Amino acid sequence: MPDDPQTRFEQDRAIDPRIDSPEREGLTGTTRGNIYEPATDPEDVTVAPDHRPMTAQPRWRRDFAIDWPEDDYVARRDFAKFLVLISGAFVAGQAWIAANSLIRERRAPPGRKRIASLAALPLGSATMFAYPGDHDPCLLIRTRDGKLLAYSQKCTHLSCAVVPEIDRGILRCPCHEGIFELATGRNLAGPPPRPLPAVELEVVGDEIFAAGVKERTR
Amino acid sequence: MTTKPQRQLTRAQRTTVVYGVLCFVLILVVLQLWLLTATMNAYLDDDDAVVWPALGASAGCLLLNLGLMRSLLRR
Repeated sequence: MPDDPQTRFEQDRAIDPRIDSPEREGLTGTTRGNIYEPATDPEDVTVAPDHRPMTAQPRWRRDFAIDWPEDDYVARRDFAKFLVLISGAFVAGQAWIAANSLIRERRAPPGRKRIASLAALPLGSATMFAYPGDHDPCLLIRTRDGKLLAYSQKCTHLSCAVVPEIDRGILRCPCHEGIFELATGRNLAGPPPRPLPAVELEVVGDEIFAAGVKERTR
Repeated sequence: MTTKPQRQLTRAQRTTVVYGVLCFVLILVVLQLWLLTATMNAYLDDDDAVVWPALGASAGCLLLNLGLMRSLLRR
């Protein structure tokens, strides 16, 4: 049946056999026929570092030829692997901070501890005490105008003991000349990166109590 | 059903893709470094509010980096 409509329809819809020919798979435009073939890029040809042909190369290089461009390519992939390793290390660091944060939250507060009496601390003087542990040295300072201040005595640089200079209004670290402001404990000069941790004080009658430690970064 | 043939990239093209992925991974790693320093600063200031969101963001960056590296190793 030459004039069968179904046959005519199928012939119209059939794929042009030229499109599926080995060099033109799926292509109808003007793209080069070998687009799906491995390209012959100049870089694909290995050239020795001295640019002489392989036949002129020493025996060891002919026996253990290195594909130099491929070597560069692999080096970039290795660099990516190294970056991902660093990325994992950063996540481990974040997890370490989070774990420490959990431990800090669950730790019982240090509690109140009597550290001195007002009568034993004249104006413009300072005394030492340990809080919250026995190995946490702190300074209690009574300024000339009667204000009570308390800080950790460990310098935030390398944990040297800071020395109060009340008349100058500073706390000085003699190890590396770090200077902290007496009124606030903030780092003013030298290498210390953070203020001194402040000890919270409570005064009940004539007695002075330490009631907590406040870590700060500014 | 016929499968579409995979186009073969030249080494120069693959290298461009690798550079692009490397740039992206590098940006994410720098972001993670910033997150770590900012979180440590907040933690030392007795501020724990940012610790867990920062950990989540950093882990997200790591997952993204792993995915990018996987795509790179397949290429």
